[in-house]
Amino acid sequence: MKELIIDFFSFSNPNIRYVVFGSMLLAVSSAIVGCFTFLKKKALVGDVVSHAVLPGICLSFIISGTKDPFLLIIGAFITGWLSIVVMDYIIQNSKIKEDTATGLSLSVFFGIGILLLTYIQHSGNAAQSGLDSFLFGKAAALVGKDLLAFSLVAILILVVVFFFYKEFKLISFDPAFAQSLGIPVKRIELILSSITVMAVVTGIQAVGVVLMAAMLITPAAAARFWTDKLSIMILSAACIGALSGLAGAFISYAAPAMPTGPWIVMVVSLIALFSFFFAPKKGIIIRILKQRKIKRRLLEENLLKSFYKIGEFHDDFELASNQIEITEMRRFTPSQLRKGLVRLRRQGFINKIDKRWSLTNEGYQKGQRVVRLHRLWELYLTTYLRIAPDHVHEDAENIEHVITPELEKKLEALLEYPEYDPHQTEIPYRD
Amino acid sequence: MIKNVDNPALEIHDLTVSYDRKPVLWGVDLTVPEGSIAAIIGPNGAGKSTLIKSIMGLIDMSSGYNKIFGKDLNEVRQRVSYVPQKESVDWDFPASVLDIVMMGRYAAIGLFKRLRKADKEAALLALEQVGMLAFKERQISQLSGGQQQRVFLARALTQQADIYFMDEPFAGVDAATEKTIIQLLKKLASQGKTIIVVHHDLQSVTTYFDWVIMLNLRLVASGPTEEVFIPKLIEETYGGKLTLLTEVGELMKKEQFPAREK
Repeated sequence: MKELIIDFFSFSNPNIRYVVFGSMLLAVSSAIVGCFTFLKKKALVGDVVSHAVLPGICLSFIISGTKDPFLLIIGAFITGWLSIVVMDYIIQNSKIKEDTATGLSLSVFFGIGILLLTYIQHSGNAAQSGLDSFLFGKAAALVGKDLLAFSLVAILILVVVFFFYKEFKLISFDPAFAQSLGIPVKRIELILSSITVMAVVTGIQAVGVVLMAAMLITPAAAARFWTDKLSIMILSAACIGALSGLAGAFISYAAPAMPTGPWIVMVVSLIALFSFFFAPKKGIIIRILKQRKIKRRLLEENLLKSFYKIGEFHDDFELASNQIEITEMRRFTPSQLRKGLVRLRRQGFINKIDKRWSLTNEGYQKGQRVVRLHRLWELYLTTYLRIAPDHVHEDAENIEHVITPELEKKLEALLEYPEYDPHQTEIPYRD
Repeated sequence: MIKNVDNPALEIHDLTVSYDRKPVLWGVDLTVPEGSIAAIIGPNGAGKSTLIKSIMGLIDMSSGYNKIFGKDLNEVRQRVSYVPQKESVDWDFPASVLDIVMMGRYAAIGLFKRLRKADKEAALLALEQVGMLAFKERQISQLSGGQQQRVFLARALTQQADIYFMDEPFAGVDAATEKTIIQLLKKLASQGKTIIVVHHDLQSVTTYFDWVIMLNLRLVASGPTEEVFIPKLIEETYGGKLTLLTEVGELMKKEQFPAREK
């Protein structure tokens, strides 16, 4: 394994160099362009273009008779670009909606491509072998000439994005405002779609027609989870692209039966999946943890409230209660009760003596606050929203946990420190 | 009741706009004097936003033209600012408040060029004017409706224009924001700037605006508030669409008739 790694990362083998740098360049350029496609909510455009380049590749092979990468790229670019024009034309000049126009454009162009490919394969031209690799990509067989073509395209894309960065940003966010400024929105969109086509055209040589859309959109989608700044999003997407290109190349090198292109897409997807779950703020895990924390808080506050109410009922807040007495005040499941009591005791809000629990001074304050907020909110609802007193309890049960100390002060001042709630129960204040 | 003025800030001449051949604005003809705060009012679907958008060249007009300060839009674009409806954009875009406000400077900077320090200063000043300076680094998805509107307004202020077209700046904003906005508009007007606002709330028309444009597929009235904002004209504006007009429009769509013979 160690040898493999050294062999690979010394890049002494020119084939490894071609594959690694080729894959990385492709992944990076499509990731950068993909950020704008993603933000303009045109994720499917990449899919259309990648399918639509096939007829162009076949046509330029039929005309030129060679597999020269530059000629193939030109052919691919023309039909890929044409597919976008056709799609926009259909949307603007017919009653057909965007989704249908997208599907139409994709399948018609791809159909023609397959037709031409089949024709070429049966034409007996010896040079045609390997042309079908465009369908699934051939990253492991990249040669020096390919690498040169990719580098040129990547540089071009970088330069265009660098110069048009602020315009691309504006038309992605607010095209109407851009037009009102007198910015040539149509022309800039044309430039953006042109570099998108270019990224797709080069990208499919590594990962193929079918997987190309993933290369365009997935890095952007993953990067969006980690940042709220466009420049950093583009940078992160590029890094994710580069990493996937490198990892895909290495995996296919280490395990010879493994294809490079699909592995690049696999790695990108894994990174996206990881972001989806673990990104700070936006990741699912963080959100689940937050929900759990809220649930715990609700349980704890409800328990303290019950203790307080028991104390209120017996006019003795130091009274110790057992589990049955607590459940009589409010229904808790046995496991909720057990866990909640353990936590509250650990936090110092209740004491335990002989299987009976009583409030500490801090617990008393906290329980009293929840009860106070509940009753204040009930009064607020009856006074300001004119809701009937028998309809306010459920709502207050929820809001009592939400109100912050600042809102509490406002609420008290607004209601002028009332003594009683709508049910004529006393509202307790801090002594 | 259509009152015209000499040397208007905005002149609309015989404007007809159609969507899919169906006219949504018929032969609008009006002028707005410089330095006024004008409201465009009318029921839903009356063509209020359409009027502003066609002035800004965002939708094609079937006939007519408009002049701003006596010139075509392209000649005076530097003096014109447009504030779209805040719902027209996706506020989940990865940008900060400052990023968005600086977009108002893009035209002044020009293509290919980067933002300069002066542009940032202009943006900060505009943010201060709308009371959002403390929020400059805030991610835009975390803003309330009122704050979003203030950001859009700040963006327009950085353009330092002479005429402002605003699409429903008072819709869905809190009371404090509404107050900030109207104070700002009045200040701009006192500096001689012209402000044209699509407006929904009839209660505030007399206190906010000195000029009113009343639309319902056609122009019902245009003139000083005290002269045109009267029960008879309000009723005519809001008293339902002209049935015959609507029917002809529907027919034009069905038969794909052009709005003008050419």
